[in-house]
Amino acid sequence: MADKKTELSPELKARQKAGFIEEWRKEMRKAIPVKERMKMPRQKMPEREADERNKDFEEVNLGLKAKEAVIEAKRCLDCANPQCVAGCPVGIDIPTFIKLIEAGKFSESARKLKETNSLPSICGRVCPQETQCEEVCNLKKATGVPVAIGNLERFASDVERMEGDVFIPKIPPSTGHKVAILGAGPAGLTVAGELAKKGHQITVFEALHMAGGVLVYGIPEFRLPKKILDAEIDYLRKLGVEFRMNFVVGMTATLDDLKQEGYEAFFVGTGAGLPNFMRIPGENLIGIYSANEYLTRVNLMRAYDFPKYDTPVFPGHRVAVLGGGNVAMDSVRTAKRLGAELAAIVYRRSRVEMPARIEEVHHAEEEGIEFHFLTTPTRFIGDENHKVKAMECLRMELGEPDSSGRRRPVPIEGSEFIMEVDLVVVSIGNSPNPLIGQTTPELEIGKWGNVEVDWDTMATNMEGVYAGGDIVRGGATVILAMGDARVAAGEMHKYLNGSG
Amino acid sequence: MTKIIRRERLVPNIHLLEVEAPEMARRCKPGQFVMLMPDERGERIPLTIADWDAEKGTVSSVFMAVGTSTQKLALLKAGDELPVYAGPLGKPAEIEKFGTVLCAGGCYGIGAIYPIVRALKEAGNTVYTLIDVKANFLMYWEERLKRYSDEFFVSSRDSFFDCKEYIPNVLEKVLQKSKLDRVISIGCTYLMYTCSEATRPKGIKTIVSLNPVMVDGTGMCGACRCTIEGRTKFACVDGPDFDGHAVDWDELFYRRKSYFEDEIRSMCYWEKESLLKE
Ligand SMILES: Cc1cc2nc3c(=O)[nH]c(=O)nc-3n(C[C@H](O)[C@H](O)[C@H](O)COP(=O)(O)OP(=O)(O)OC[C@H]3O[C@@H](n4cnc5c(N)ncnc54)[C@H](O)[C@@H]3O)c2cc1C
Ligand SMILES: Cc1cc2nc3c(=O)[nH]c(=O)nc-3n(C[C@H](O)[C@H](O)[C@H](O)COP(=O)(O)OP(=O)(O)OC[C@H]3O[C@@H](n4cnc5c(N)ncnc54)[C@H](O)[C@@H]3O)c2cc1C
Ligand code: SF4
Ligand code: SF4
Ligand code: FES
Repeated sequence: MADKKTELSPELKARQKAGFIEEWRKEMRKAIPVKERMKMPRQKMPEREADERNKDFEEVNLGLKAKEAVIEAKRCLDCANPQCVAGCPVGIDIPTFIKLIEAGKFSESARKLKETNSLPSICGRVCPQETQCEEVCNLKKATGVPVAIGNLERFASDVERMEGDVFIPKIPPSTGHKVAILGAGPAGLTVAGELAKKGHQITVFEALHMAGGVLVYGIPEFRLPKKILDAEIDYLRKLGVEFRMNFVVGMTATLDDLKQEGYEAFFVGTGAGLPNFMRIPGENLIGIYSANEYLTRVNLMRAYDFPKYDTPVFPGHRVAVLGGGNVAMDSVRTAKRLGAELAAIVYRRSRVEMPARIEEVHHAEEEGIEFHFLTTPTRFIGDENHKVKAMECLRMELGEPDSSGRRRPVPIEGSEFIMEVDLVVVSIGNSPNPLIGQTTPELEIGKWGNVEVDWDTMATNMEGVYAGGDIVRGGATVILAMGDARVAAGEMHKYLNGSG
Repeated sequence: MTKIIRRERLVPNIHLLEVEAPEMARRCKPGQFVMLMPDERGERIPLTIADWDAEKGTVSSVFMAVGTSTQKLALLKAGDELPVYAGPLGKPAEIEKFGTVLCAGGCYGIGAIYPIVRALKEAGNTVYTLIDVKANFLMYWEERLKRYSDEFFVSSRDSFFDCKEYIPNVLEKVLQKSKLDRVISIGCTYLMYTCSEATRPKGIKTIVSLNPVMVDGTGMCGACRCTIEGRTKFACVDGPDFDGHAVDWDELFYRRKSYFEDEIRSMCYWEKESLLKE
């Protein structure tokens, strides 16, 4: 799927320039020479002991303390040409928010973040910073070790929240325009926040009973505590956003019905919620879950607290998680926490091709997760009660690179072996949710089931209907979803004003 | 939150649940279902829509109290609220003029099949309705079903009725006498299975409304996967209606039982924690 480069808007560039030449920034730059700054070591994110944390669902990372955050902020060179900003899909004014931390103005820093990123405490936790902003940080080029932008982002927004000092911007008088957001994932929430701040009347329609999309049903508490998400949703409510939960667009009402009810602009952010399976024999045996089912049971439905909560989940003593992405890491670490003796990743390529974030892989290793690389299951074997008891696997070797540039795994003939398992979590990706496409015949759908958009505006082929996030990209990331959402929100605002 | 308008015991263990859901009430079609959660700690469970009133803005289901969720529901009353009530979900039942159609229902399916009986009749079919009840006192909604049925049969093991047979035997007898163009069956898995087997020799198209374990009910998790003609389908979005002759029944029976031990634990815990404390 097409990808987008973040081009800094002239407006953003100008704003940055203005910030750069402010007196306090100049003085701060002068106070510590660049050489000194470059010598400071990157502050380590404090985390809980592996042996303690792999038994519960409390957060793994503890967050930087104020003192550490200020030191880390000092590492930032406050570059005249800050490359980091171009690496952030929502174009956060990174040097300014970091220098505010250096100056000890934490809440102000959080406000700076919120100018362009409505969910900073979430991005600070789950963004793949190492391949986004931190990848292109000038300090990385100079020393090999970038500024810990994500950790600082998390720090500033956590402080603001914990001090109960959350700033609610003044909302302009209502424009009277009604906007419908389909899906309360990060994409939908971002559009909601942006347009609410412009005075439009926003309703978010969400199929599940809690807002957040993957943030609430997929990503586990030990990486993203629910209370963080709750605070962000609460913030949106304070901006006047209305949430209609348990509302399945396409079923409870179609997009056309909503149009009739007076909604003028739409944002489709329904995500990539359709789980892919291996399509090999025995896959419907008991004890074989999609990652979506497994994580939904545990996170959204709180099966880890069964029977206090009514939804059960198989505990699993020997658990194999198929796949090598973030979703697989979350699943396997969840299995460990639910008491598995063996919790293993089974991945058909090798370590270097794994798409999961490095931090997650490290954490998983520390927690006692096993990795079986270059291995793929060929069939599942059940017991007399149709419950999975083993899987037959093949060993692979790496051949020529495929279209994704990664070396293609090729089976080694005759290398079959049996792995005993009593729980399998299939985590080989998700496809775009088909429901809106099926119930909105006019909407143009691409060959992967994705909603087709004009990448410059995120407009679909239907007038007034925009889309972004996983429904257009397939399974991507939170920050890319939010980047799409910001573009869409800008265009929707123009559209509403034009039609008003 | 969705407000309960009525929760009423129809017969022992079987209840009617009517809620206020005006948006949904305008869109319900026969054969669709809702996902609901009885309370904040509850499980998301599916119930077939048994009736609706677009003007009043209400939607009804008939449910059988079998485990924690349905027992919890059975204790709720008018004015109480459900934290989750979403729908209508699933593909609607196919309603056309087929000719002569037999609708076979049992337990909760007596209620669940009612909108189908009604719609088929309104579409100009000759409708036979066949209801299975273990005993006379378990019969409900007989009058409304009869209103839309050209013929009404009962299968039961109760001496109150002439017939002392299970539903497939009666179905076979009807088949011997009349030419059926289609059979539709809703109820417990065993009932749907036996009805499908009864019509298989004559190859009469038999539609069943499958009831695998569900979580989201919107196609997101795959908990509800069933094998139909060797291919995996998600019952919540590809169904719940499928051709009964193409279903892998064995798999469905096993999958439905997968949480048997947890269900017992859940019931015991809930009874101890809430029921006995009151
Ligand atoms: C387990 C897991 C871990 C991940 N870890 C990371 C990570 O560490 N870092 C990262 O950047 N990304 C991660 N991702 C990916 C990231 O979460 C997604 O890219 C992101 O959530 C996409 O956002 P979205 O708003 O497009 O869709 P989603 O988050 O999928 O939200 C879509 C929402 O729309 C709702 N919806 C769907 N259909 C309808 C309908 N018809 N009517 C109403 N509502 C509907 C859904 O219920 C859902 O709430 C992870 C994903 C998973 C599954
Ligand atoms: C599409 C569909 C329509 C249905 N319509 C009706 C109806 O109209 N009336 C009615 O009484 N029942 C209906 N059912 C069955 C109903 O959902 C289950 O009886 C109910 O979930 C039982 O929950 P419990 O906690 O009370 O019982 P439990 O003790 O948890 O389970 C009893 C049995 O119900 C099934 N079950 C358990 N949890 C679920 C779940 N989350 N989803 C589906 N099945 C589950 C299992 O097979 C289990 O063995 C329907 C099921 C489906 C899939
Ligand atoms: S939102 Fe993500 S990419 Fe942007 S600055 Fe924060 S961590 Fe970096
Ligand atoms: S590129 Fe790195 S050092 Fe330069 S401003 Fe951005 S974060 Fe600071
Ligand atoms: S219930 Fe989750 S996909 Fe059907």
